Amino acid sequence: MARLAKWLRLAALMFAVAFSAIASIPAVAGVDLPKIEKGKGDKCVEDTQYMRRNHMDLLKHHRDDTMRKGIRTTKHSLKKCVECHASEKSGSVAASKEDFCAACHSYASVKLDCWDCHATKPGKKSPTQLGQGGVQMQSSPLIAATQPGESK
Amino acid sequence: MNEHDKPNSVEAQARRDFLKTGALVAGATLAPGVLFYGVAHSRAPEEAASSDKRFGLLIDTTKCGDGCNDCVSACNTENGLTGETGPQDSQWIRKVDIKDLRTGYVQSLPMMCQHCENPPCVDVCPTGASMKRADGIVLVDRHTCIGCRYCMMACPYKARSFVHEPLTDQNPEVPRGKGCVESCTFCVQRVDRDEQPACVEACNTQGHNAMIFGDLKDPESALNKALKAASSIEVRADLALNTGVRYQGI
Ligand code: SF4
Ligand code: SF4
Repeated sequence: MARLAKWLRLAALMFAVAFSAIASIPAVAGVDLPKIEKGKGDKCVEDTQYMRRNHMDLLKHHRDDTMRKGIRTTKHSLKKCVECHASEKSGSVAASKEDFCAACHSYASVKLDCWDCHATKPGKKSPTQLGQGGVQMQSSPLIAATQPGESK
Repeated sequence: MNEHDKPNSVEAQARRDFLKTGALVAGATLAPGVLFYGVAHSRAPEEAASSDKRFGLLIDTTKCGDGCNDCVSACNTENGLTGETGPQDSQWIRKVDIKDLRTGYVQSLPMMCQHCENPPCVDVCPTGASMKRADGIVLVDRHTCIGCRYCMMACPYKARSFVHEPLTDQNPEVPRGKGCVESCTFCVQRVDRDEQPACVEACNTQGHNAMIFGDLKDPESALNKALKAASSIEVRADLALNTGVRYQGI
């Protein structure tokens, strides 16, 4: 049931985002808009306006490809969104109401449950993932923990 | 797919064999329209998992130390499990002690999702969340899991756990959360970048070498060579699930 409700919420979100876009037309200037922190890179993987309306569809499409087929492209991956959009202050996309996802979603009053399961903070990477992204690498505690002499 | 790529043609078989041995050649054109990406990366990120492979695991219980928990700790670290073993805690891999009551001989072996070819968990799942990937890895799609736990009842190996409480600080590569069922994924996030599951890596780096992970469909894989060289069994072979995990020494 919860999952069905999730899709209803997603649909509601699409309307809500479309609505907030209308609100940004100068004619209704003066309405408070969500304050969204700028991401780390130069630009998003898609046009900003396109992302505002369609990010949920891109993410849903990508999640099915990754989960079901093992396709691991990074362009529309949630993990990559988090890497760019994690707040400077909290290090997260949804820890406080100012953080990237939370800012808009709390403004639009649309609950999202991505973060019940997904990490809201970028992770550290293992050396084998070096070639795959533009993000700075650190040594992984996951690797360290499986090295000899520690667990016994 | 044209006529020549049909799996039943002898030529295609020969080509596949050649592709396997040639998989380390970077960027070489091996056949019209077939190009390999990068060194030692058998699958490009945009390429889907394929049924040309079936991942499996062989566990030699005679090398498995009594009281050794290295595979379990490695799994817990990789997948963000607490390591607690209470009735409501997630355990993706457990050490199980078995004793021959007649002789008193005790063995200790790791037990986890056996990645069945005919998985009962998938059969009973009402939503399609329990699924088998093309390469044989059995997974739960948490996006569609409703937490009914039918699969937990159906699994003969007690391999699955239910997450009872909200979680935070998950490993970004291993999303998990309250209300969903979960189990061993063969560390699919690692397998997809050509690494071994965390348990296998730990077992080998600690020098036990009790586990061999690999492709059951590749006759040249270390796994298949080991399977060919000595007798091994499926646990509960009577259920005819054709498990991907096999054991030696029990
Ligand atoms: S061992 Fe259990 S969870 Fe794993 S595939 Fe078989 S039935 Fe499913
Ligand atoms: S708990 Fe989830 S995966 Fe298991 S049978 Fe129910 S819906 Fe399927």
